[in-house]
Amino acid sequence: MIELRDVTKRFGDRVALEGVSIEVHSGTVHVLLGSSGSGKSTVLRCILGLVPPDEGHVRVDGTLVSAATRAALVKRMGYVVQDGGLYPHLTAFDNVALPAQVSGWPPARTRARAAELGEMVGLDESTLRLYPRALSGGQRQRVGLMRALMPDPPILLLDEPLGALDPIVRAELQAQLGALFQALGKTVVLVTHDLREAAQLGSTITLMTAGRVVQRGSFADLLERPAVPFVTQFLTAQTLATDR
Amino acid sequence: MTVRTLLGAGLVIVLLCGTDGSAAAADGVIRVGSKSFTESYILAEIAAQVIERGGEARVERQLGLGGTGLAYRAIASGAIDLYPEYTGTLSHIILKDPALRTAEAIRARLGPSGLTMSESLGFNNTYALAVRVDTADRLGLRRISDLARQGRLTAAFSSGFLEREDGWPGLARHYGLSLAAVRVMEHALTYRAMVSGEIDIMDVFSTDGQLERLRLRVLEDDRRFFPDYSAVLLARRDMAERYPRTWARLREAFEGKLDEKRMSRLNAMADLDGKSVPEIAAAFLGTAPPDTSRKTGLAAELYTLTLDHLVLVLVSLAAAIALGVPMGIAAARFRRAGQIELGAVGMLQTIPALALLVFMIPLFGIGKGPALVALSLYALLPIVRSTYAGLIGIDGHLLEIAFVLGLGRLARLWRIELPLASIGIMAGVKTSAVMTVGTATLAAFIGGGGYGTLIVRGLALDDTATILAGAAPAAAMAVAFHVIFELLDRLAVPRGLRR
Repeated sequence: MIELRDVTKRFGDRVALEGVSIEVHSGTVHVLLGSSGSGKSTVLRCILGLVPPDEGHVRVDGTLVSAATRAALVKRMGYVVQDGGLYPHLTAFDNVALPAQVSGWPPARTRARAAELGEMVGLDESTLRLYPRALSGGQRQRVGLMRALMPDPPILLLDEPLGALDPIVRAELQAQLGALFQALGKTVVLVTHDLREAAQLGSTITLMTAGRVVQRGSFADLLERPAVPFVTQFLTAQTLATDR
Repeated sequence: MTVRTLLGAGLVIVLLCGTDGSAAAADGVIRVGSKSFTESYILAEIAAQVIERGGEARVERQLGLGGTGLAYRAIASGAIDLYPEYTGTLSHIILKDPALRTAEAIRARLGPSGLTMSESLGFNNTYALAVRVDTADRLGLRRISDLARQGRLTAAFSSGFLEREDGWPGLARHYGLSLAAVRVMEHALTYRAMVSGEIDIMDVFSTDGQLERLRLRVLEDDRRFFPDYSAVLLARRDMAERYPRTWARLREAFEGKLDEKRMSRLNAMADLDGKSVPEIAAAFLGTAPPDTSRKTGLAAELYTLTLDHLVLVLVSLAAAIALGVPMGIAAARFRRAGQIELGAVGMLQTIPALALLVFMIPLFGIGKGPALVALSLYALLPIVRSTYAGLIGIDGHLLEIAFVLGLGRLARLWRIELPLASIGIMAGVKTSAVMTVGTATLAAFIGGGGYGTLIVRGLALDDTATILAGAAPAAAMAVAFHVIFELLDRLAVPRGLRR
């Protein structure tokens, strides 16, 4: 269970988050939806302890996220970012193996786990021998996902994981992610600006704008019972854009 | 913590490099020094051969030390035991008391510094002004006072002469002279400018071997401005006491044995006839010339100098890497203090390399030690800067991910940050390496050896072939270092980052 309570964060004059409260229940997929600059990525970074809130607090499984606790807490989290966030000097395999290596896993266990994850996301061994620059966008994203899942963390945080991909790959990976989330049963927080992605993947959606939560609910709630006119505005704008 | 440990280790390496060279005359060795001009080389070599024939002690030659400041600091610190000096320089420059006129007075003042000196070797090598004979005839120039009427002449002086109170400033005041242009030039090169007519007046020494043959006329010091510059041997008293027979032999061989004519002939043998300094010394002493033929001598010397130079470059570069990379890491981690550090390292670079070498003498004496320290410091900036720039240029996102993946600070540094910064760091190391090959040629000025030995000697003897014999291999070594480091890139830079 992840819990943000009245979290406010400013960067200089800019308000990134203002009084944000979000609850993510264990084993659910929670989508943070909003356009860029809405503060949704900052929410993830607060959960990871990378950004300390100015006001309010964040708890993960009951523990307050702070400078003192964050190193222990991130061990329970996997983090996937747009374009994969891979290290260019390491092969795909070494990227995936990195968290295992620093935890001192025996190489055999690392290899077995990597093979297992590779099968899960659909990457073969020869692809894993390549350096990131030789991989396609979709492959990079899969490697990033494998790396995050390596230590089998109960929580998975994804920041626009499919943002940099072309539509066909994107649709394919969306479907794959959905199946994966269901199979793994992890607590997932996924940040996206894409309505379809939110609709397809999220059991709960939190719509954000300008650092505030606008509405929280299922996709049907947002569609049929918008809390404020902005919700409908946001939904229609995207529908029009993607239908064009 | 780790950064501090690395910094400490780097410092220890640098300090260790600086421990040789300052030992005094014990151990059966007499260290003979000279300044870097022909006469000083010859007198020192004669002294060296006299000592060798005496058999009381072995000789170590530290010839071609940059100038008065260097040579005097070297003998005062005990890094050398003996070198040829001039009474005028001792009283005016070293003791800074122009009232000291007699040898006794000077010797008495040297006592507290643990130094002593011989009687005059017999000649007075004072400063003088020279003009081309044709110019002199055309304008009717015989005495320095004749120059007062010649405001359109130009002069080039060695930097020492231009600045010393007993040089141009005092002379111009004494005679009321003002010239159209006065510039500073390397002494050996000034002769060419004189002969080609680019300048009209230069400073010379009265025992200069080239005056006659280059058709230069020395102007008479008719109002007696220049002080007496009698040549003497300056020596450490502990050496004279430890080897009394040798010291007596030296004085016997030298004192009163060389008049101006004889000295200028010896100088001419080097400057004009291209005789080697050891040959000239042997000729003066009436002994058989050293048996090494010139060619094999040079080849053997080049081999030694190449090893010398390699040691200078590799050791100082290693020290600079050991010190510079941790310093770059520290600067990137502690940004504000880092700016101070970068500023300090940058400031180090503004010190001319030669001056930096000179600053090392009081601390580490002369020879390889101080040269290595100075070269290491000089090689720091590109390495520190490139490490710093490489580290702060890393995408912050990648570092956050490292944290989330569970990498501690050290793991992050070793596995992520340094590899990602490696291209930049290697660029800095390469710059330093090539630069150090060049800068290391200056080490010869403080007796550090290397290719610079030939360059300094060539400059002093106005011998282009000798200069090239030092400069060309240095250039070749710079190219070789460049190539080798390009290959080393393959080891240091991870494959995924290479282009």
